[in-house]
Amino acid sequence: ATVYATPAGYKAALVKLYATYALTSPQGADGSDVGGLNSGFADFLRLFWMSQELTTDEAVCSWGDTGIPELDYSTWSVDNQFLRGLYSRSILQITVANEFLRESTPDKLASRNITGADATAITRYRAEARFLRAYQYWVLMDAYGNPPFVTEEDAIGKVAPKQITRAALFNYVESELKAIEGDLAEPRTNEYGRADKGADWALLARLYLNAQVYTGTAKYTEAITYSSKVIGASYALKANYKDLFLADNDVNNAENILTINYDGVNGTNNGGTTYLINAAINADMVPSSYGVPTGGWGGNRTRQNLPALFPDPNGTLDKRGIFFGVKANVDDIGVFTDGLRVTKFKNVTSTGITPPSLGGTYSSLDFAIFRLAEQYLIYGEAVMRGGSGGSTAQALTYVNNLRRRAYGNTSGDVSTLSVDFFLDERGRELYWEGHRRTDLVRYGKFTGSSYLWPFKGGVKAGANVPTHRNLYPIPAADLIANPNLKQNTGY
Amino acid sequence: VSGKVLDETGQPLPGASVIVKGTTRSTSTDANGDFKLIGLTNGSITLSVSFIGYQTLDKAVTVSANATVNFQLVPDAQKLNEVVVIGYGTAEKKNLTGSITTVNSKDFQKGTITTPEQLIQGKVAGVNIISGGGSPGGGSTIRIRGGASLNASNDPLIVVDGVPFSGNSIGNAPSPLSLINPNDIETFTVLKDANATAIYGSRASNGVILITTKKGSSGAPQITFSTNNSIATVAKKVDVLSAAQIRDYVNAHPEVTYDDGKSFKSILGGANTDWQDEIYRNAFTTDNNLSIAGTFKGLPYRVSAGYLNQDGVLIRGNLKRATGAITVSPRLFQDHLKIDLNLKGALTESQYPNDGAIGNAIQFDPTQSVSGPATYGGYFEWLRGDGSLNPNAPRNPVALIRLQDNHGNAARSFGNAKFDYSFHFLPELHANLNLGYDVSKGYGSTTVPPFAAQSFSTLGSATNRKNTEVNKFSEFYLNYAKTVESIKSRFDVTAGYGYYDDAVTNYNYNSYNGLGTLLTTPVFPFAVEQNKLLSYYGRFTYTLADKYILSGTMRADASSKFSADNRWGYFPSAAFTWRVVGEEFLKDSKVISDLKLRLSYGQTGNKDGIGNYDYLAKYYANTNQGQYQVGNTFYNYFSPAAYDPDLKWETTTTYNAGLDYGFLKGRLYGSIDAYFKKTKDLLSTINIPVGTNFSNLLTTNVGNMEVKGIEASLNFVAIQSNDITWDFGFNAAYNKRKVTNLTLNPDPGSKVGAGDIAGGTGVTLKYNAVNQLPGSFFVYKQVYNASGVPLEGVYEDLNGDGVINTSDQYFYKSPDPNFTFGFNTSFTYKNWTATTVLRANLGNYVYDNVSSNFGVRSNILSPSGLINNASSDFLNTNFQTNQYMSDYYVKNASFLKMDNVGLSYNFGKLSKTGNTTMRISANCQNVFVVSKYKGLDPELITGIDYNLYPRPRTYTLGLNVGF
Repeated sequence: ATVYATPAGYKAALVKLYATYALTSPQGADGSDVGGLNSGFADFLRLFWMSQELTTDEAVCSWGDTGIPELDYSTWSVDNQFLRGLYSRSILQITVANEFLRESTPDKLASRNITGADATAITRYRAEARFLRAYQYWVLMDAYGNPPFVTEEDAIGKVAPKQITRAALFNYVESELKAIEGDLAEPRTNEYGRADKGADWALLARLYLNAQVYTGTAKYTEAITYSSKVIGASYALKANYKDLFLADNDVNNAENILTINYDGVNGTNNGGTTYLINAAINADMVPSSYGVPTGGWGGNRTRQNLPALFPDPNGTLDKRGIFFGVKANVDDIGVFTDGLRVTKFKNVTSTGITPPSLGGTYSSLDFAIFRLAEQYLIYGEAVMRGGSGGSTAQALTYVNNLRRRAYGNTSGDVSTLSVDFFLDERGRELYWEGHRRTDLVRYGKFTGSSYLWPFKGGVKAGANVPTHRNLYPIPAADLIANPNLKQNTGY
Repeated sequence: VSGKVLDETGQPLPGASVIVKGTTRSTSTDANGDFKLIGLTNGSITLSVSFIGYQTLDKAVTVSANATVNFQLVPDAQKLNEVVVIGYGTAEKKNLTGSITTVNSKDFQKGTITTPEQLIQGKVAGVNIISGGGSPGGGSTIRIRGGASLNASNDPLIVVDGVPFSGNSIGNAPSPLSLINPNDIETFTVLKDANATAIYGSRASNGVILITTKKGSSGAPQITFSTNNSIATVAKKVDVLSAAQIRDYVNAHPEVTYDDGKSFKSILGGANTDWQDEIYRNAFTTDNNLSIAGTFKGLPYRVSAGYLNQDGVLIRGNLKRATGAITVSPRLFQDHLKIDLNLKGALTESQYPNDGAIGNAIQFDPTQSVSGPATYGGYFEWLRGDGSLNPNAPRNPVALIRLQDNHGNAARSFGNAKFDYSFHFLPELHANLNLGYDVSKGYGSTTVPPFAAQSFSTLGSATNRKNTEVNKFSEFYLNYAKTVESIKSRFDVTAGYGYYDDAVTNYNYNSYNGLGTLLTTPVFPFAVEQNKLLSYYGRFTYTLADKYILSGTMRADASSKFSADNRWGYFPSAAFTWRVVGEEFLKDSKVISDLKLRLSYGQTGNKDGIGNYDYLAKYYANTNQGQYQVGNTFYNYFSPAAYDPDLKWETTTTYNAGLDYGFLKGRLYGSIDAYFKKTKDLLSTINIPVGTNFSNLLTTNVGNMEVKGIEASLNFVAIQSNDITWDFGFNAAYNKRKVTNLTLNPDPGSKVGAGDIAGGTGVTLKYNAVNQLPGSFFVYKQVYNASGVPLEGVYEDLNGDGVINTSDQYFYKSPDPNFTFGFNTSFTYKNWTATTVLRANLGNYVYDNVSSNFGVRSNILSPSGLINNASSDFLNTNFQTNQYMSDYYVKNASFLKMDNVGLSYNFGKLSKTGNTTMRISANCQNVFVVSKYKGLDPELITGIDYNLYPRPRTYTLGLNVGF
């Protein structure tokens, strides 16, 4: 069969790009696209989540698998398999997007007799391919700083890619996101699971909020501009916070901007939300009540810092606090019941139904890469950090919108804001959604000793972590393979 | 001229060859040892009489009417005139130029042998045959000189009667070679150096094993019936804690609880169960073979049938095998056209017990009884408080086996028709055509009932599988052999062509749950994998004065696995051999009977283990579980695969120096070989610059590896008299492999994962790394206290950066043995014969994954709310949690094994008049193992000890009757 021969073939090829960040492989759970990494570890979200959460105050994992303790202790080596895995997965997604872009140029379409509305549709596919590529370059820029850089101009072969600096990559991602804006669908008009202008703006807003970290130059005004665009589109907060993380979050949901879609039968893997749910519960917690009757891997829970952000850990006041367990203090990382379990992700619908699942562990819960609440918080933080084009009053409204949903009434409203408030509020609103490391870096708390959490730096009380660890290392394997690469300072 | 040929005891020797030297006239002796040559011109001639296993005897005769001359031959233990099969032809042993070892059926391992390769275990220097475990018909890993590859295949090419095997596995059979009846095999010939193997070109880097099967004999039908019946027992179990020890431990640690305060004591059982006893049994095997061989109206034939029924020591395991073989060898046009037809077939039916039970039996709580509530089929299982299955618990080992039916059927047939025509007008020229096939089909199913705990949540399962393999080939060569006495020269030239087509078809089926509900349907019904090989080959041998032999071979192979630019590979070899024994100064030596020096050089290739289509830019389809949802639709799609358009052959260059020696009329003989192999363009799966391809790993030609080694064999007939024969065989080999490069940009620090362990997820312990042996263990250096007890989690900071992370791991030992030894002896006194075979490995290391996984407190007192057993190593470490990466678990596994000891009594002819002969034998296999390694078995091909199906100790009684 020829892949790029018909409009349907192009559509399937576009779906492949999305499948690449959802699955470990086109073979389902048993295969791994990332060479040298166990198939269970190899999907994007699991790797991204580990890199963003396990190394922070929000999460810790009891497993002894090679490389996990290093993340728990902030002592990752240049060989860490998960950091290598995320790097490889992100760049894989970039290379398949490049392949799609090479095969969908106007010339190629013409030569394959694809014209008219079909060609127009493919123009939009191309914009989505560039969006997915820009998203992965953002991941690489945020985590590794100075990754190798390949575009559709680079043919498949053995010629080693050149390294790009973090600042140059920032410019590239920014220019790509702006360039494709016109070709993307209007917010909430594309098919479910596909990127649209809302996703484009949401990523730009996130990019600008962190511009100071990436380039040394703050862009808070732009962060306000683009978060406002998202907020001004037809998105709306979902009524109940907890429903955002239930298996029917794909319907009646105007809050999610772009999701990774999971399915317990047709697209299975041991990462994604299957991992987020199963790793956070054990057999004793009645896995069937989380929609994974045979699951419960007993690994992840939070360090005591996260529940401490809430007025109470039982979620009675602030209903965003969805925890399980009695012992908040992590005294022994290897003991799963040390630390509260985060149980906000459930493979159960809001009406209590468990979707079909092969083997009883795979989840059908979709995961939002972007949702409206984050844009509210970007807006507010950018205003507090001095960006123009917004107001504190508007920021307060947005923040209190979130808090009213959380409390069910106005009792949780705040009347003043500060920069530091937003770090805590982001913890309460966005915990375990893959933001924490980026946030702590932006606040200067990820490394150093100004803010400690249990076992930070490998010491139970918490200890200083050298600042070079604000960036992850370029994986040693790629440094060897690619002579164009230079290791990040300090490693 | 007529006469009689007798053996050393004065018995007639039928079938001895009698040649008039310097002419083409020849004949052979009849059943009474008599020969007659008529029509010779009167005068002086020399008759040369030879017989395999005897020294050739020349006698001068004056031809006259009714001249008679008798010969009495003397045995030659070294069998220098034995004809040995080589690639595309034969050669006399004394003229061999390559490193070649032959093992005849008389020297095979005895007892219950289900797969052919086991026949020569420990018999050939430099050949390691390691069974994958003790399952019926289970395969072995064969390594000749350690293997020459990292990621492609290290398996030798196997050729049976001229039929080359593809090296593909055969689905639903225990192993490909289990479909060949060892009883049909006559000889194994192992080709080791490049001069011997290079004529097989791209399939030769890992050595070649030529197997010849038994053929028709001359004269009246000879019927042979043999039966071997055996009992296999588990020789050793994994040493685990007893129920009492577990109880004591649980009671001694009330402070350890699970789920915030629940006590382990409350879930202790009251039984005393040895789970290993529950899953193992004494297993009976019967192996019966009947053959008829003879000559019918000048047509030699052999027909044989075999039936094997072998139980495994793991309960439910069974292999039934029926085999049949027919060979006929018509000789037409006064022997100018020799035809050999070989046809072999086998049917197997296997029941595979769920071998996950092996690890579970080690781990399962001995205080629990086997039986339990009816919900799960009447077996005990670990439950949660609400009565549902504990998903994190191991499943009852007995239930794993009893509640899973996994059977497979396989059929294999292979055969060929060989035509060898010696031209009427030029008898020195032969044309040889060899047409053959090897087809197999396997199908099987696995069913688990809905109530079985192993898949309770999915209501059981039912899956089917099927695959077929069709291999076809044709070969044609011309051979011209001419002796020119005037210049004391012999020329032997062969040139040929070959074409090989291998195709495998794998079928996909619907899957169902145990209630028969359809779960998934395949995206595509079957897939064909095919590759073709086209070859030209040739050999030239020039012998001067029977002393100096110059030999060269060349093969050109084109494989469909590579692009047009890289498709052809050229594999030459050259050798010089000096038969020192032929020199004047040794001619009359009473001491030295053979002395030969061999030097060879050659290149061979390897393509096995490379995908059929890896050089092509290609997209592949997803499976059902790999769909993705956009909108409300689940899409199927194609994915680009990483590929290397420049993929090419692995090339191994081998230098070999050898010495063949024989003393005291061949009573003491053997050979010594030293070799150096360099593999370049080694297919290695390496990290490539991420972003250059559709994966971060790519299999490409970048690696270099060096192998050096020495092999020696020594055979000694210590006593040879009328009543007593006592001979010894001893072989030893030193082999060392070293990876010298692994990356596109040479880097001494590069390494690629080569083996994961059980326990954690994706825990890679073995790596291929530059300047290391392949598959070296990569571990932390354990710190011990003053009394030698390992300190949990305390490792040396080898790079001194103050942080213990993966950068502190180091390479420590490898599974490769430095030295391998084989020893066998046979002692015959009158009708009694006693034999034994011993083997030893030195310097091989094993990672004790059983102890690293089970021998910790968090396994015994599991936070998942259950109790498990631990290997007794726990008493040494007292580790609380798993320390998988500690070098403590890398253990010296050097060993000495007695493979076999046997005693047989040969009744000979049962009556003076009848022809019935009878022999009975008793054998014990896997007699003992001496090793410092405390685990189940120190001999492991992967070097990682986990879930090994125990190799049983087998007691066999055999009866062999001939008519």
